[in-house]
Amino acid sequence: MEISYAPATGVLSNIWLLVAIPLASAAILLLLGKRADKWGHWLGVASVAASFVLGLIFFVSLSGLEASQRSAELSLWDFIVVGRLNVDFGLLFDPLAGVFVLLITGVGSLIHLYAVGYMEHDPGRRKFFGYFNLFVSAMLLLVLGNNYVMLYFGWEGVGLASYLLISFWYTRPSAATAGKKAFLMNRVGDAGLAIGIFLMFTELGSTQYEDVFNGVDSLAAGTILVMGILLLLGACGKSGQFPLQAWLPDAMEGPTPVSALIHAATMVTAGVYLIARSNPIFSANTTLQLVVVSVGALTLLIGCVIGAAKDDIKRVLAWSTVSQIGYMFLGVGLGGGAYALAIVHLLAHGFFKANMFLGAGSVMHGMHDQVDIRRFGGLSKHMKITWLTFGTGWLAIIGIPPLSGYFSKEPIIAAAFEREVVWEAWVFGMAALIGAGLTAFYMTRLFVLTFHGPARWTEDNQHPHESPAIMTIPLILLAIGSVGAGFLMSTSVPDWLNPVFGEHGEEAHGVLSHTVITALSLVVTIIGAGLAWALFRRGTALEPQPAGVLVTAARRNLYTDAFNEAVFERPGIYLTRALVYLDGKGIDGLVNGLAAAVGGGSGRLRRLQTGFVRSYALSMLTGAMLVVGAFLAIQLGWLA
Amino acid sequence: MESLQLPPIDYGALLPMLILFGAACLGVVAEVVTPQRARNAVQLGLALVAVVAALAAVVWQRGTRTVTIGGAVAVDGPTLFLQGSILVLGGVSLLLIGERSIEKGGAFVSQAAVTVGSQKDLQQAGGRPGATEVYPLTVFALGGMLLFVAANDLLTMFVALEVFSLPLYLLCALARRRRLLSQEAALKYFLLGSYASAFFLFGVAFVYGYAGGIQLEVVHEAVANPQRSEVLLYVGLAMVAIGLLFKAALAPFHVWTPDVYQGAPTPITAFMAACTKVAAFGALLRILYVAFEGVRWSFQPILGTIAVLTMFIGAVLAVTQTDLKRLLAYSSIANAGYLLVGVLALNEEGLSGTMFYLVAYGFSVLAAFAIISLVRDADGEATHLSRWAGIGRKSPLLAGVFTFILLTFAGIPLTSGFTSKFAVFGAAVEGGQTWLVIFGVITSMLLAFPYLRVVVLMWLSEPGESAPTVSIPGFLTSAVLGIGVIVTVALGVVPAPLIDLTREASEFVR
Repeated sequence: MEISYAPATGVLSNIWLLVAIPLASAAILLLLGKRADKWGHWLGVASVAASFVLGLIFFVSLSGLEASQRSAELSLWDFIVVGRLNVDFGLLFDPLAGVFVLLITGVGSLIHLYAVGYMEHDPGRRKFFGYFNLFVSAMLLLVLGNNYVMLYFGWEGVGLASYLLISFWYTRPSAATAGKKAFLMNRVGDAGLAIGIFLMFTELGSTQYEDVFNGVDSLAAGTILVMGILLLLGACGKSGQFPLQAWLPDAMEGPTPVSALIHAATMVTAGVYLIARSNPIFSANTTLQLVVVSVGALTLLIGCVIGAAKDDIKRVLAWSTVSQIGYMFLGVGLGGGAYALAIVHLLAHGFFKANMFLGAGSVMHGMHDQVDIRRFGGLSKHMKITWLTFGTGWLAIIGIPPLSGYFSKEPIIAAAFEREVVWEAWVFGMAALIGAGLTAFYMTRLFVLTFHGPARWTEDNQHPHESPAIMTIPLILLAIGSVGAGFLMSTSVPDWLNPVFGEHGEEAHGVLSHTVITALSLVVTIIGAGLAWALFRRGTALEPQPAGVLVTAARRNLYTDAFNEAVFERPGIYLTRALVYLDGKGIDGLVNGLAAAVGGGSGRLRRLQTGFVRSYALSMLTGAMLVVGAFLAIQLGWLA
Repeated sequence: MESLQLPPIDYGALLPMLILFGAACLGVVAEVVTPQRARNAVQLGLALVAVVAALAAVVWQRGTRTVTIGGAVAVDGPTLFLQGSILVLGGVSLLLIGERSIEKGGAFVSQAAVTVGSQKDLQQAGGRPGATEVYPLTVFALGGMLLFVAANDLLTMFVALEVFSLPLYLLCALARRRRLLSQEAALKYFLLGSYASAFFLFGVAFVYGYAGGIQLEVVHEAVANPQRSEVLLYVGLAMVAIGLLFKAALAPFHVWTPDVYQGAPTPITAFMAACTKVAAFGALLRILYVAFEGVRWSFQPILGTIAVLTMFIGAVLAVTQTDLKRLLAYSSIANAGYLLVGVLALNEEGLSGTMFYLVAYGFSVLAAFAIISLVRDADGEATHLSRWAGIGRKSPLLAGVFTFILLTFAGIPLTSGFTSKFAVFGAAVEGGQTWLVIFGVITSMLLAFPYLRVVVLMWLSEPGESAPTVSIPGFLTSAVLGIGVIVTVALGVVPAPLIDLTREASEFVR
């Protein structure tokens, strides 16, 4: 299929404003400094809201175009022109970018609004909004770029914002460490993405989406595989997928709105965007798809298992994010019609996960920043709105109809069972199904321990109270999204995305019929949820209890941190020490020795500069004799 | 009896030199007829007007390629470019020479002939207005330099050499402060300069003996069709070269440089560092490219060795200097080595790169000496390094500008120091002289040390007990500093226009 993008016309030629407005706001907030302290947060909210309104206008005008013409490419200026490399500073607004823009600016606006209340007592609120706007701008650039270099530009931009915001409370050692960890693990992925882009340029001579996608057919299968794996490495880094998942839970050290917007709703889904955007590359190689599917399935199970063993409310949510993105990877890996399913799940997840993170923030707000779910309990009476909105999120994520998670997750499970190779259908289908049951278990555990059962508050001065309206209004709006979005999007979004992913008719039936799968997934969900309810409705001990091998392993993140430490960190430290030693003894010794030699030589030569004209004249005469002698010697063959 | 045939004279081509020599003579008259109070302003105005007019004449003559007055003067691309450079740099130097507000009466003494230390000397050191004959002397020197780079026969070249050297000897002796040092420097410069001139003249005689003529194209012809003993040629070439190497301050004929740079009044040091370099290398380029190009294989290794020696001596000796003016003198010696690398490329890039380097270096070095003239104590300029410790705290702007200039000398990218080194080194690689480039890069590294030592000293050291004061620069010095810094940045960031200009100008007429 030949891919070509229509040039931007009319209203759509202003899409650059989407990126420019939050960027300008970030610049104002960060450059004006304290002078903007009083009103800065409102500017931050207004800029994202303005982008949202613009995004809606662009979206509507895009939907007014004919389906085959539904894209707008805008080339702003030549960005990098070196030799054969010609990179456009260009934007592309197509159906895929459109839904992402709405998600980022829509959910972003609500979270910005919430943060006004959440960060009210923080002296760094203006700076926070500056970074937050910077993030929105970079994220929009990431999804709006019309080539891989622009994507990379946005990719690094969100990485920077993420780093700054994770370490926002940088005086806490844990926050500073978490920021560094996120940064380093992302570097691994980013290096993969960068090399992937280099490979594109080498093989295809361009990084424009249009040229790359149309050129994929001409590439050897091996090249596509390598290119895809490199892109996947980048995607895994950004999206917290195996083997680069360890940074995401630690990133919860940042303020809660950051966890909601960046580390749940938007940035961590950039990996899914990358694969969905590169669908012509991934669809071109079945081995590559198998790798993506495996990563997704493995990660979703890892996330569930660890999530079930954690007691920190935000970390449970973080591991559930890892697990849900695993579902999305599973979806984009399956290919065909499942690309759109993954995007639907991504959007639905954006709503319910942001909802639950903000709910968690609201709980912490009322509980003096306590995060241990063992020390909550019985909060439903004290924080009604938070309880109700969190409840919708909980029902949505575990997939109870008719909430959004049911409409978005169940089709992915069904699609996994529809894989053509039978063993693959069983393996990945069962993984997705078991994941659904585990999700129901640990999310119910989280919900019950937090809001129900006896109160287990440990500190004396805790008077749980509902959060102010500025925080609850976004919660209510997101809860409405969590309830309704799934049903609304389940058919409209795949149709809308057809121009990007191509038309897909009814898939051949898989190893199990659709009805059976639906029934099965509901059954495992109910079993998981019921089990958790039964186990935890009476509360739990305040301290972690001794447990079996699996739970201990899960509490320790399945030893992935220990593995990283043993395999990468320790040898890295030894290598660094060895190099420092070599540098200190060998290189510095050489350099210092040379410096001493030069200094000594200089001191000795200086004595020749006596200040006497007679000795100067003598040295000139000697020099002259040598020069004349050398000329004669060379010419008359006395030398050589 | 045969009537004397006058050769045709192209007055247009000679106009820049005629303007300067005329203005210099006028200046001598003005010295007598103008009242003392107005003399300085009149003389400075006259000199500047002459320089600007000569520059206009150079611009007007652009594109000219001619040999005139019987083959004595060649006006072509390199001539006009180098003349233009000398005039621009000379004009900026005149601003420095004209500065009177930093020290009462200026940097020059009114009567140099008064015995040092006598009662009368102490009186005139007290602030009587300085000598104004420096202006005509400077303009004479500038005129000589213009002729030097245009000279198309060896005798004209010798005359030009003397015309611009003699005023310089005098100017060196005119310092108001540390007069003994200044006079000693002038005498040394005069003695050694005469010595070098003798070599040059002796060499001319040898070359005449070989070629039967002194015009460069005659020498070129003779080199192409050798008729006489080559001993004459090589001894002649060596001695002519020695005369020029002396002016360009190349080892081992550099020995005068530190003493003279230190002793001369700072504006004159700046003038010599900027303009004399252009003139000396201009003449060297012309002689090597026009007359002796045919024996390049013989002189390339010898002059290459001299370049390496020069770079090493400049860099290594700069390391242990304790006086800023001497440090800059050694730096200028090392830079002469880099310039010679460009010259020895013996191709068009070498010619254009060398010319670019001369302009870029000239502006930076003018700014550097302008800054040195600002840091003073009771005895005049405080040039000892220890006096500059911690100066960045009191005068961050001055220290910042000086740091920038030092980084330029060290060849940090985005300054003209980088682009110009790149130009000459690139040309040398192109011309098959990679070995010179290797030594060039090594010595650049060595040379970075003394520069950075000054930077560290200015910013990171504790100021001494009696720190020198930093004068507020007058309008003229500020102008020099501004021009120097702006040109240094501009040539580092957008060197293309000047490089294009040097490329267009890089063809000698023969």
